[in-house]
Amino acid sequence: MSTPVLLLHIDGQPVRVKTGSSVAAALRVAGGMGVARSSVTGQPRAPFCGMGVCQECRVLIDGRQRLACQAVCAEGMRVETSE
Amino acid sequence: MTALALEHCDLLIVGAGPAGMAAAVAAAPSGASIAVIEDNPAPGGQIWRDGPGAALPPAARKWRDALERHANIRVCSGTRVVAAPLRNELLLEDAERGWRMQWTKLILCTGARELLLPFPGWTLPGVTGAGGLQALIKAGLPVEGERIVIAGSGPLLLAAAATARAAGAKVVRVAEQASFAAVAGFAASLLRWPRKAAQAVVLADPQYRTSSRVVSAMGATQVESARLLQGDREVAIACDRVACGFGLTPNTQLGRMLGCALTPADAGAQALAVDALQTTSLPGIYAAGECTGFGGSERALAQGTIAGHAAVGNERSAKPHEAERTRWNAFAAQLHRSFALSPDIRRLPRPDTLVCRCEDVPFSALADCSGWTDAKLHRRCGMGACQGRVCGDAAQFLFGWTPPAPRPPLSPARIATLAGLAVPDDDVDRQ
Ligand SMILES: Cc1cc2nc3c(=O)[nH]c(=O)nc-3n(C[C@H](O)[C@H](O)[C@H](O)COP(=O)(O)OP(=O)(O)OC[C@H]3O[C@@H](n4cnc5c(N)ncnc54)[C@H](O)[C@@H]3O)c2cc1C
Ligand code: FES
Repeated sequence: MSTPVLLLHIDGQPVRVKTGSSVAAALRVAGGMGVARSSVTGQPRAPFCGMGVCQECRVLIDGRQRLACQAVCAEGMRVETSE
Repeated sequence: MTALALEHCDLLIVGAGPAGMAAAVAAAPSGASIAVIEDNPAPGGQIWRDGPGAALPPAARKWRDALERHANIRVCSGTRVVAAPLRNELLLEDAERGWRMQWTKLILCTGARELLLPFPGWTLPGVTGAGGLQALIKAGLPVEGERIVIAGSGPLLLAAAATARAAGAKVVRVAEQASFAAVAGFAASLLRWPRKAAQAVVLADPQYRTSSRVVSAMGATQVESARLLQGDREVAIACDRVACGFGLTPNTQLGRMLGCALTPADAGAQALAVDALQTTSLPGIYAAGECTGFGGSERALAQGTIAGHAAVGNERSAKPHEAERTRWNAFAAQLHRSFALSPDIRRLPRPDTLVCRCEDVPFSALADCSGWTDAKLHRRCGMGACQGRVCGDAAQFLFGWTPPAPRPPLSPARIATLAGLAVPDDDVDRQ
């Protein structure tokens, strides 16, 4: 039996993830260690606390700023990593 | 601009971890209308997270089913508290809308968060909290084939290692800062709590080292290796990921914003103060679980049950659960003694190590500050999106600074939610 997958887009690139995955997991599937944003001095930052505390994972999801670690992926979702 | 919807409930519970679930289930037979709000996508709290990388234990299922069985319990997942505009009212927001919720009784079950401390390289992609890694894996983070170093303090390190290994990662080191004697003493004391002892045996790990701490994480754009101090020997370990957690700190933000009194907790942190019925210093407001001090899910369940009964005026039913609470309070005390953080941990950051990850403020910029307010005003420490939740806890541990009570918005909120507050009730649908 194969796990159900769904398709979303991260910075325009198609990414397939297991149903129920968080957007933080999808960022990692898309490549690297899952960079979500750049810090105020331009460093890459990826999900850190995993529980909605640090805000390092904030991204734009369908145009709204949300936390990748607390957002569940949906079919056709458009995610943009942020500045 | 539209006025925000106004809803009512008899009992509002914030947080659907073990404490919040138990509180709702205990209060339900009273027939009160109960709302439980939770900022995660599903109930369960930190310990019972659901997701493609998690297998929910039977206990978690049992509590979830119980929540669903009661028609008078409404669970609002993906919902966070933004502000407390009036007494007996909270401003809430989910991914779709903002609304106001009026309550008669309130139970705070906001849990704990991981104490995340700065060390060189901790901002590199691939560094996470220890419990944080566990949470990310449960939510589907693929770690198969990754080499992972886990460091910090407490039993959560072993739980995180077990989760990572089950997901196909290679855990190359678990570095516990406490001494062998302290950890052995803790293991021996578990005989008083047989269920915990059985868990500990399951979690035993060949890569476990005591008196060990992280020195740095290194890599160009992501983690490539970690340096650890094991006793007085420094070792370098090649790895893809470093997960560090130094125990838990009670999540008191909402309680503090409402004005609840605090009491000293572990590692210089503070917890919400409660009495025998889990009542806070404010009438009608109760608190249960790890926001009153951390000590495991069993303690949270006992406290939640007592708070749930007490909040609906059924104090007689609360009484029999006091012995259970006492038993797990003793476990919590043992945990705190055994895994007390060594003063050496204060030496983790170097001058150029960023302490505030949101505003990129280095340790050297804070060393001469007189306190939290000075650091905030003059160095922008704690002024970013996390609102001092990470660096505030770190500064409390490193410098002994207590951050002042948080001000609204409690978490970043949409302008529409905040603006909706300004519109009076009877002024609906004004364009
Ligand atoms: C990252 C992490 C991992 C852990 N893993 C384990 C483990 O594997 N095994 C173990 O025995 N213990 C674990 N623990 C310890 C665990 O926290 C407790 O044993 C238990 O979950 C405590 O229950 P609780 O109900 O007090 O709090 P929690 O389970 O923390 O529940 C609190 C809930 O409140 C929600 N919340 C907080 N503030 C708000 C707000 N303002 N608005 C809406 N919702 C809010 C949170 O999202 C959370 O779901 C972990 C702790 C952490 C921090
Ligand atoms: S990883 Fe910290 S808020 Fe999402």
